[in-house]
Order: sequence, then C-alpha cells, then structure tokens
Amino acid sequence: MADLEFQIPKFREIAEVPAIGVGAMAHSRPHVANEKIQEALGYQTKLDADWQTTHDKAIGKFGELLGKYRSLKVFMDSCVHCGACTDKCHYFIGTNDPKNMPVARQELMRSVYRRYFTLAGKMFPGLVGAKDLTKELLDEWYTYFWQCSECRRCSVFCPYGIDTAEVTMAARNILDTVGYGQKYTNEILGKINKIGNNLGLPGPALENTLEGLEEDLKEDTGFDIKYPLDVQGAEVLLVTPSADFFAEPHIESLIGYGKVFHAAGISWTLSSYASEAGNFGLFDGDYAMMRKVALRVRKAALELGVKRIVVGECGHAWRVAYAFWNTLSGLGAGAKDPFAVELQKQLDPRHKQPTHICEFTWDLIQQGRLKFDKAANDHRVITFHDSCNVARASRMGDHPGGQFDIPRNIIRAVANKYVDMAPETIREVTFCCGGGGGILTDELIEARIKGALPRMEALKRVVDEHGVNFMAAICAICKAQFTKVLPYYGFNMRLIGGVHQLVSTAIRLGNEQ
Amino acid sequence: MAFELNGKTYETDEEGYLINLGDWDEDVARFLAQQEAVALTENHWEVINFLRDYYNEFQIAPAVRVLTKAIGKKLGADKGNSQYLYELFPYGPAKQACKIAGLPKPTGCV
Repeated sequence: MADLEFQIPKFREIAEVPAIGVGAMAHSRPHVANEKIQEALGYQTKLDADWQTTHDKAIGKFGELLGKYRSLKVFMDSCVHCGACTDKCHYFIGTNDPKNMPVARQELMRSVYRRYFTLAGKMFPGLVGAKDLTKELLDEWYTYFWQCSECRRCSVFCPYGIDTAEVTMAARNILDTVGYGQKYTNEILGKINKIGNNLGLPGPALENTLEGLEEDLKEDTGFDIKYPLDVQGAEVLLVTPSADFFAEPHIESLIGYGKVFHAAGISWTLSSYASEAGNFGLFDGDYAMMRKVALRVRKAALELGVKRIVVGECGHAWRVAYAFWNTLSGLGAGAKDPFAVELQKQLDPRHKQPTHICEFTWDLIQQGRLKFDKAANDHRVITFHDSCNVARASRMGDHPGGQFDIPRNIIRAVANKYVDMAPETIREVTFCCGGGGGILTDELIEARIKGALPRMEALKRVVDEHGVNFMAAICAICKAQFTKVLPYYGFNMRLIGGVHQLVSTAIRLGNEQ
Repeated sequence: MAFELNGKTYETDEEGYLINLGDWDEDVARFLAQQEAVALTENHWEVINFLRDYYNEFQIAPAVRVLTKAIGKKLGADKGNSQYLYELFPYGPAKQACKIAGLPKPTGCV
C-alpha cells in the first residue's frame, strides 16, 4: 500500500452521527478531462477564458434541464431541509465533511436554482439563501458532486422521495457542457464509443483472452466449456462488464456464466462490437450519450440474430438495461423506431428481455436443469453485498424484492454457509461500496476508502461473529473497489468475489453422480 | 506534466503514465519504478517485458489471468498467481506494472 496522507477511519463502537469537520474534503478533486477526451464526446473542450461566458452557458443548460425534466424541477422545489438524509450518506459518515450530507451537497445546486429560476430568489436572494453562480461555486460543484456515488440510499429516507442521484447527474451534465468534465468517466465513454468497451479491449485481444480461458478450463475441469464470440444465430447474447475479461475476481464470475450455459446446454455468444454492459452515460445524466452506448447492444443483437439478451454482473448496467433500454434501444417494449420494432419481433417473448444473469441461473435451478455439489463451497462462509443500482433502481424476477432474494437464493442453492450482514446495511438500505457512479478512480482514493466505512463495519461484525470469509457481489465496480479498499481495513483483498464465482465452484458439469 | 531524465524531458499524464509510448526505455522504467518505490529485480523485468510484448501485439495490457499464466510458465507455477504479482507491484499488477512498463493505464471497473 502506498503511503497515505490521511487517516483510515476507525471502526465505530456505536454507529452514531459523526462530529462535523467543516471543509474536511474540500481538497478532493478528480482529474479534469483534457481537451482530447472532451472533444471525442462532443462536449466543449475546456472552460471558456472569461467567466461570464461559462456562467451563461451553465445557467442556460440548467434551464434546459429544468424544462426537459420535470422531475429535476420538483426535486429543486420540494426539499424542506428536514435533515432526514444527513446521516444516511456513506461519504458523510466516512469523511465528516458536512457538504457530503446529501441535503448540503444538493444545496450547492438549489441555491443557484433559487437565484435564477424563482421569483423570490431573483428579487430577494439574501432572504431565501439564493446564490449567484461564481467560479468558486462551480469548483465546489466539481468537488462535491464527484463525492456522490449516486447510490440513492439517502433517497430511501427522504420523506419527499427526492431522487438525489438525479440532482448529481444534472450537476455533472452541466459541468460537462461547460467544458469541466471528469477524466475517468469521460475517457471511458470515449473508449466504449470507439472500441466497444470501457477497457479499450480490441476484438483480437478479447478473442485471445477467451481462447486462453477455454484452454485453462479444459485443463481444470476436463470439459469443453466455450466462450463463443460473434456467433451468428446463438440463442443468447451475453453482455457483461469488460472488467470480467480482465480483472480479478471478476473473471471468476465469467467462468461461472460459461459453466451455466454449458451445463444447461444453451447456445450463447459474446459480441466483440458490444463487449460491455456498463454504460457510464448514466453517471452524468446525459441521455444522448447513454443512448449511443446502448445502441451498440441493439446493433449486435440484430446482427447476430439472437433470441435473448442476458446481462452479466454489473450494477449500473442492470439499472440502465432494466429501466432505460426499452426506450433507449427498443430492447424490451417501448421504442417505436423501425430497428426497435424489428428487434422486438426477433426476441423470444416467452423470456424477460433483458434478463439478468442471476434471473437466468435461478430459473434454470428452479427447473432442475443445474446440479450442484454444495460441499465444494464449504471452505467459504458467505455474505452478500447488495449493489446500490440493483437494489434501489431495478428488480429481478416477478415479485417485489426479487433483486434481493434471487442472488441470495442462488447462493443458498450452491453453498451451505450463508449469513446476512446487519439489516440496516443491506437490501434497499444497503450501503454503497464507496466507488460507484464514476468515483472508482485512483485520485479519489481518500473518498473511496472513507466512504467504504459503513460497509466495512457491517462486514467486520459478520467476520468476527460468523467467520465470514467471502463477500459476494454482482457489480464490477463493487468488486474492484473492495479489492482495493479491503486491505486498508485489515481484510484480505480476496474476501470479495462474485455470485457466479460461487456457482462456478459448485456446479456439476457432466453426468457425474 | 513531465519529468526530466538524462537531459531529456518526458511527457506524462496527471497520474504519471507516459504520454508517448515510444519514449520508453529501461532507464525510464527504472526512474518510474523509483517514483513508485519499487526496486526492480529480474522477476520484475520478466513481467515488464511480457506486458510490452503483449501490448505490441494487441494494443492493450493483458488480462491479469493471461499475465499470471505467462509468468507461471516462465518463473514456475508457484509464481503464477496474482498474489505473487502483488508482491512485485504492491499497488496492483495491472496499474503499477503498466505504468513502469510505459503502457497506458487500464480503465473501467478494474
């Protein structure tokens, strides 16, 4: 571990609200996207030299968003500063910075809203806490809207149901527009638009990686488990985060998916054109960008002639797939353009479109088409970390709460030892890993480590009380984030893994008894 | 951003990764390693050379699994795992080793 210039938070005996540390994270700033990165996305390449121009563009964009999204206007108007959200944010709990209280973070934007878009704020700004947009305030937006992972835990506790993530997305959208984009997110969007995935993994490298995996699995299991690429006429197109091809423990779940398809005898394929489930367009609330990324999946599905689309273990990808794909790309009902209609005709209506890999595997388990040797997971005591975008922005199966139950059902079907973490830290009130929503970049390591505190505390309890040694997740960001931050809290980095990693360990591949 | 070495200026990005991959040579690698507090041994060089060869062929760093397999073949099965790579490159084999090898940083959820 590199030397850190800040203290790792200590585990709290009682999870009380922290004492406030004014400005504790005011120095936090992710790298700004350079001109090349901005240009590739069609955004202004840098801030204008004179402030007034930037100011006018920012206010203009703000007005445009308020006109386009009624929800944003409602969220700007309806907060009564009750404070129910203050202590619900993992970044506030971990950093003590009062501007990481969700209400205070949003106030950075609401104060500007009142000044330019309400009568009282235009006439008596001092009386209603309305503020002119200054360069200093825009810098604060950049600092604090990039310390929000858009996890929406605070929204669960908001009596008005304000979707705080949507406020963060709008602020970032405005920042992008005026040439103040964030490097990590925008560089990745450039790569997916150009190469087809967030890693920038070209087709030949993907092919090489998958071939190597097939050889390894033949050696390990004796079975010909295939990772088909660009296979015309396959039944299923799997789109999964490109981290599954590259990183550990991510690849262990990819191995699991392949074994499930093999054991069930269902033909499937990956696409070199759409080799990414993630859609970082969501993080900045840029609908056009999100659509551009989503259309790659539609194009691949049409060209390959598949009947089903299955999405791998990726949190925000599932949110986009579940909640946005229908109107973005016609995958599911909704969009009415000719390509969308063609795709809807092509896909098999007997299945949910799209299907989450956990729904897919759980269906097969219920049909008795997969068999497991549960004892193969006996060296593991397992818990499950609900990833925020799956937990609070989507569903699985056909009953409320399916997104919580189905992953747990799978784990219980493939392993004997499972315990939940404390109820106030899981399911719909799950704590974010600390790295979601565009925060998973090295220069934000302080926010990432400190923001992980509440999850680490909950984990510590089940480690101490039940000997938990495996935390399963279904999100590539969670997996990468925990691999990085677990050691800072005294845990082994290999404690984190995927649900299909557990499936992979226990699944029976042939007809053995 | 930039650094100077042997009278020549090298451009880097905000995180210290070389901008022009052609600028890399062994002296540059030693300098970058020093910045990262990594003392290069022969085993580090095996990893660095493999990364560069793979990059030249595929325009991307190898997956961690591809790397561990290749290192296992060269240095022995006991070294063909990510734990060994973390011992060599404590900040993570993918990112830190790529930086020293003069390759771009892997991006995405990694």
